[in-house]
Amino acid sequence: MQVFGLYNYWVVIILMMIGLYVVIASGNLIKKIVGLNIFQTSVFILYISIGKLDGGTAPILVEGVTSYSNPLPHVLILTAIVVGVATTALGLALAVRIHGAYGSIEEDEIQEQDNAS
Amino acid sequence: MLSLLTATALAVARLDQLFAAVMLFGIYSLLSAALFVVMDAVDVAFTEAAVGAGIAIILMLGALALTSHKQHPVPRSRHWMALSVVVITGAALIYGTLDMPLYADPNAPAHLHVVPRYLQQSMQEIGIPNVVTSVLASYRGYDTLGETVVIFTAAVGVIGRLGIVPEGKVGPKTGGMEHHLILRITAKLMLPVILVFALYVQFHGDFGPGGGFQAGVIFASAFILYGLVFGMESVTTVAPPVVVRSLAAIGVLIYAGVGVVSLLMGSNFLDYNLLGHEPTHGQHLGIFLVEFGVGVTVAASMISLFYAYASYQREK
Amino acid sequence: MISTQLPALQVVIPLLAGPTCLLLHHSRLSWGLATSASWVALFISLALLDQVLATGPISYELGGWAAPWGIEYRIDEINAFVLLIISGISAITISFARASIEHEVHNKQVYLVYTGWMLCLSGLLGIAITGDVFNVFVFLEISSLSSYLLISLSRDRRALTAAFRYLVMGTIGATFILIGIALLYMMTGTLNMSDLAARIPSVSDTRTVKIAFAFLTAGIGLKAAMFPMHFWLPNAYAYAPSAISALFAGTATKVAIYLLLRFFFTIFGVEFSFETMKLDRILLPLALAGIFVASTVAIFQTDIKRMLGYSSIAQIGYMVLGVSLVSVTGVTAAILHLFNHALMKTALFVALGCVFFRVGSVTRGDLAGIGYAMPWTMGAFVLGGLSLVGIPLTVGFISKWYLIVAALEQQMWWLAGLVLISSLLALVYVWRVIEIAYFGTPGDRSTEIKEAPATLLIPTWILITANIYFGVDTSLTVGVAERAAQALLGNVS
Repeated sequence: MQVFGLYNYWVVIILMMIGLYVVIASGNLIKKIVGLNIFQTSVFILYISIGKLDGGTAPILVEGVTSYSNPLPHVLILTAIVVGVATTALGLALAVRIHGAYGSIEEDEIQEQDNAS
Repeated sequence: MLSLLTATALAVARLDQLFAAVMLFGIYSLLSAALFVVMDAVDVAFTEAAVGAGIAIILMLGALALTSHKQHPVPRSRHWMALSVVVITGAALIYGTLDMPLYADPNAPAHLHVVPRYLQQSMQEIGIPNVVTSVLASYRGYDTLGETVVIFTAAVGVIGRLGIVPEGKVGPKTGGMEHHLILRITAKLMLPVILVFALYVQFHGDFGPGGGFQAGVIFASAFILYGLVFGMESVTTVAPPVVVRSLAAIGVLIYAGVGVVSLLMGSNFLDYNLLGHEPTHGQHLGIFLVEFGVGVTVAASMISLFYAYASYQREK
Repeated sequence: MISTQLPALQVVIPLLAGPTCLLLHHSRLSWGLATSASWVALFISLALLDQVLATGPISYELGGWAAPWGIEYRIDEINAFVLLIISGISAITISFARASIEHEVHNKQVYLVYTGWMLCLSGLLGIAITGDVFNVFVFLEISSLSSYLLISLSRDRRALTAAFRYLVMGTIGATFILIGIALLYMMTGTLNMSDLAARIPSVSDTRTVKIAFAFLTAGIGLKAAMFPMHFWLPNAYAYAPSAISALFAGTATKVAIYLLLRFFFTIFGVEFSFETMKLDRILLPLALAGIFVASTVAIFQTDIKRMLGYSSIAQIGYMVLGVSLVSVTGVTAAILHLFNHALMKTALFVALGCVFFRVGSVTRGDLAGIGYAMPWTMGAFVLGGLSLVGIPLTVGFISKWYLIVAALEQQMWWLAGLVLISSLLALVYVWRVIEIAYFGTPGDRSTEIKEAPATLLIPTWILITANIYFGVDTSLTVGVAERAAQALLGNVS
């Protein structure tokens, strides 16, 4: 039971770490943003897992139902999703501009050009 | 479902083809939305599907179109560095799970403190069935104001970085797909449906999943579809960039304005109780107005983002 | 009636000014609005500090919902002081910004600078004032996103990559904080800071809370550019427009240090942070390494803004050092340095802004002989630099003095010695600028260079005067810092 009850969290952690790996390892700016998205989406799953309740239903009050899943993590994650897409939009815009200024979105090539100038 | 997610994430990590990686991320996002439904978070699922699988992917594809499609392979040294960071962080987190309450345990502290009031009293205090909306727009309405400001900031940022087409300077008609008869007719048929659906989602948030944010995204998607099919010129005539950008600011001001009105009426910032003749009526009105503000800002911001990417492409 | 609403107005006024600046769509009008909003915010923060000192902590329920169900604003000595620092620095640098920004940013984007500035200000104030950990995250993101924008608005293309790197690092930091909040919520069921402080002791021996602590420390440390998580900072400061560098130098990392204090002392409590987690044993070596490594790197920088960036990392080291001593004097020193460093670093950055305005560059080679062409500007730089080194009669001296006293209280003679030696490193890098400015052979263009205009010099000298005034009359700063430190440490003992 112990192992099964935590299994969910472990998978979520593995997902987070795949995202984080992409962010750190990838030298491509857009791939980094994709990595950030995976990282963040996985954290969202962590939050929603906290809110789940055995036998609960969606937190929309209906007569006759007494057990609901926890709505607070849902609210927090709605906010976090918006924050995430905002960051993505700005990061991608910067990447596009960087491509305009350097002709590349690979970190090492940009670094070379900066060192050369 | 979780193993599917893991497989998708791994594939995204391994792919060097950025286009495919982005598409797979879209699938990842949809899978997580499905998972959210399973875990009873219908509002979140709705938003994740609209944002993660929708807007984020459109933005990523737009960025790819303006840059390159393939990434360089990861250098070996960097691979090991990243791997070690990830293994240490992951191990720390797994260590942290060992004392956690089990998944879906009804006696977890998170379910026993703070939340019971939302579930038991929001009906008397606020009077709408969707508890997520009550918490989002009233109990923690201030966070949502912050969230609206965040999306506004991003729109300002993208406009600042990519520019936005000034009126009347929209260049020749390119990029549209107006020659595809079937596409045009389908789009014409779809548009009103999408707009009506957006309005429904906007105003139905009290009872079911939905609200300003989701509605804003759907509303914006109608304009994006219109722009894609009929070309930028047509869509900027219907919704001029300057107007759209101003609307993004106005939405924030509507939300914060509700707060200021409540201040002027002698209660605390964003306290809706005095807005109506009785508290629940005030709450209804307050939530309606702030959700409207959110919807306006989100829709306008998303359309601005689309314009910014499209106009930057044109400049090139 | 209005005085009870001040906590909300503190954040909401800049928050409303931001979108309005966008609607105005006019450089000067936006600047005028943003400047007024900034000064109003400063007066509100003064009123709040006064209120807190007179009557104790203030609690404000947003939306009229009582904590922990609603979001609470909670102001005590420490964050009233931080609010004053942020709004004060913002008010003075924005007065400086008009000419400088018009010179350094593309004309059509000037109004965006002020939109971003107001959003950033409300974000920073929002982080400092709130009593709710998730609200911290939301406002952290407002300030971060607007920072990325503000940095990238510079005409230098390297600002784009600096902003991108900051965005990636900042988002990782924010996501770590989000994970930390999730774990805390899981174990306690609450997001309110006071409520957390009350509920954590009963679960403080769980691994989950310990990992939450680690993630929050790492995430906020990243935002604070705490060594060795500082890599994003030097370029971000170096390539941003001058006025923006000045704003960030005085506010952004300060807010993050404040958050660390808040989490270590108020939320987790001294006992958990320093006895269970033995945090001081990690912080002390990291702080020292940060001070020495960053100061040494600073000596070898040719770009002076970049040099000041590295210097900031070292100065953050001093604050962390004060915290790691876990005594009233040590924490007082850290809080004092929060204020004092904001004064000196902002002064130095605005002085460099004056240089950039006339010379168009701040690399060492281009500054040769500038001391004679721009006597007021460089005079300000020298005084600011002396304050950074910690010469008596400047604020820098006061911080170092309290830090050394705190070290001596615990019989750590070697630590006091190290602080003194590290000041010599600061002397070296400041001296290298003075040397080239006054003793370098002027280049061909030097005859064309004039003194900066009064609109730039006046704010610069206000900051320099503050550096000296608060270096002589310490009753306000030391008084508040001591009370704040006592309040922070007194929570448990």
